[in-house]
Amino acid sequence: MSILGLYNYWIVILLMMTGFYITISRTNLVKQMVGLFMFQTSVFILYISMSKVEGGTAPIIAEGLTLYSNPLPHVLILTAIVVGVATSALGLALVVRIQEAYGTVEEDEILDQDEEP
Amino acid sequence: MTHHHVLRVIAKLMIPFILLFALYVQFHGDFGPGGGFQAGVIFGAGIILYALIYGVETASRVLPPRIVRAGVALGILLYAGVGLAGLLLGGNFLEYGVLASDPTRGQHVGITLIEFGVGTTVAAVMITIFFAFAGRRTQS
Amino acid sequence: MIAAHLPALQVVIPLIAAPVCLLLHHSGLVWGFAPLVSWSTLGIAAALLDQVLASGTISYAMGNWAAPWGIEYRIDVLNGFVLLIVAGIGAVVMPFARTSVRREIPADRISLFYTAYLLCLAGLLGITITGDAFNLFVFLEISSLSSYILISLGKDRRALTAAYRYLVMGTIGATFILIGVGLLYMMTGTLNMADLANRIPPVADTRTVRAAFAFLTVGTGLKLALFPLHLWLPNAYAYAPSVVTAFLAATATKVAVYILLRFFFTVFGATMIFESLPFGEILMALAVLGILAASSVAIIQNDVKRLLAYSSVAQIGYMVLGISFASVTGLTAGIVHLFNHAMTKGGLFLVMGCLVFRAGSARISDLEGIGKQMPWTMAAFVVGGLSLIGIPLTVGFISKWYLILAAIEQGWWPVAAVVLIGSLLAVIYIWRVIEVAYFRPWPRDRAPVAEAPLDMLIPTWTLIGLTIYFGLHTSLTVGVASQAAESLLGATP
Repeated sequence: MSILGLYNYWIVILLMMTGFYITISRTNLVKQMVGLFMFQTSVFILYISMSKVEGGTAPIIAEGLTLYSNPLPHVLILTAIVVGVATSALGLALVVRIQEAYGTVEEDEILDQDEEP
Repeated sequence: MTHHHVLRVIAKLMIPFILLFALYVQFHGDFGPGGGFQAGVIFGAGIILYALIYGVETASRVLPPRIVRAGVALGILLYAGVGLAGLLLGGNFLEYGVLASDPTRGQHVGITLIEFGVGTTVAAVMITIFFAFAGRRTQS
Repeated sequence: MIAAHLPALQVVIPLIAAPVCLLLHHSGLVWGFAPLVSWSTLGIAAALLDQVLASGTISYAMGNWAAPWGIEYRIDVLNGFVLLIVAGIGAVVMPFARTSVRREIPADRISLFYTAYLLCLAGLLGITITGDAFNLFVFLEISSLSSYILISLGKDRRALTAAYRYLVMGTIGATFILIGVGLLYMMTGTLNMADLANRIPPVADTRTVRAAFAFLTVGTGLKLALFPLHLWLPNAYAYAPSVVTAFLAATATKVAVYILLRFFFTVFGATMIFESLPFGEILMALAVLGILAASSVAIIQNDVKRLLAYSSVAQIGYMVLGISFASVTGLTAGIVHLFNHAMTKGGLFLVMGCLVFRAGSARISDLEGIGKQMPWTMAAFVVGGLSLIGIPLTVGFISKWYLILAAIEQGWWPVAAVVLIGSLLAVIYIWRVIEVAYFRPWPRDRAPVAEAPLDMLIPTWTLIGLTIYFGLHTSLTVGVASQAAESLLGATP
């Protein structure tokens, strides 16, 4: 269990923080959404990589196989992916509506417009 | 895209197979990998490909938005209806075992119907999302 | 036969009703249908709470898959009580919705509004009823996604940016909860909350479980609008349609408080959180800061809806303060305040709905002299305001009384003083509105406005009346809350 042996978690953390940073630091709403998707997707990888059993195969019953990976996290994450799709569709739909209402998708310009009475 | 003959011909050849593959994934889901979610997305992708090549208006003549929207609702209702059927037949909500005289067969019936409901809703939602974004400019 | 299946029906009825609404697509039909659904969920919730009080915890196995493997719906006194609050608010708000929604939402979107509302109701009830940690995440997202839609239906374009910001912060919160649940699953191999409670203590000292705890707390804190994670709340409440604000303010944050209680006391156990980690003090500090900062900011608002939204952040502080004591009295205070604040704030936001309906605006400067024009509406505001301050005979007094008792019981005198200061700040911001409404003349050049229509006044006064009723008859609320508090703390040795 060396530090490098847990490389899947390092990848997850890297992706998660990248996505989180994009979401926080960008002012462009579309880029923020991209960051948010990355952030969500990294969690999917966390779940899927955790379900891997060393030496196990895909959890479909077949002759000669006794060791299977854990299928439950896959099922859970299928649900989470659907939630992610819904979130991204709704988020982008809101961005489209914001663009129509304000004529821009830059957060600072939107804030400027709102401050003028 | 009227002048892209290659795309139009290839798409016309591909789309039936994509839809067929979706149905395979849908109904083979209880024997191998597959199921409603995947099948729904593949089916939706077939329709979206059609809309990309032939235009959203043509696609919405094939599948009018009202029907797609009804599909969203009907899929969920099928799912919930199977759940309620289990309840009415004396089991718990979503208990498939009571749907047929033999519990194993009941499980089979239940999961097939449920996955069909899921597939319908997912395909309809995918198409609705695409129409909502792609048809936006013509609406406003 | 039906009685045994009430736990499933509680969630399934609104969940099925939502696509039916989409199919009906005719606003008249939909309006007749949605309140029926809402009232039936209230009936079910009342029957469930009654069943729990009479015969103890109810467990319902979805699809008859036995508990630790299948999804279990588990109802004890605490979530029975929260179910009643959510369903009750939904039932009262629905009759109000018809007139208000017709004014504030374009006609072609009305059936979509009811669809989203029913989904949101189903999600909130689902979060409360489920005994499965992952199922909780799914219902949380159902309710959140539909609440983003409901908020974005507001007339002002700022409703869009408010909904967008809530979407970003809410998604981060929900994803944090997902990470926390994943880490717990990794350590214990189970998702059932009761089962988790048994399996966590042996591994409670590992870093993974602590990380899971941190993720769950921050994620829930975002949904809860716990200070300083409340930034999405004021705009979302201020620009959403009035009915939506009343419904969400009275239910969504309350359900988030429930999630916090459930994870702290049932899943992790009070011992781990409040004894081996110094979390009680952290929570208390955040609650105190939240009460003082949000109440002060509320005073300088020019829009009454925003003012009440900031006051909501402060009230959440009171609930969290009660939780942070981790004593029976403290938890009782928190849970009672959850109920009382739902009544009070729900009622006050309905008043704002009436004002916006007639006067067209919720800005303080537009409410000059409105007290004489709409006497019943403004009287409701006064009573609700008194309850927010915590004057005796209203529910607000009951919860603050228990909070102060809990603080003194543990020797936290300064905290008791903070509760009083918070009330004084509430006096100031409520008085600002009352002064403008009653002691300024109606502008001469402005046409007089009529009293709000009856179908809006009756729901408003139902909630406001309940704040007085439960201020006088505390046995139901305090009795149930202290039972819930005892069971939460008794679950851990």
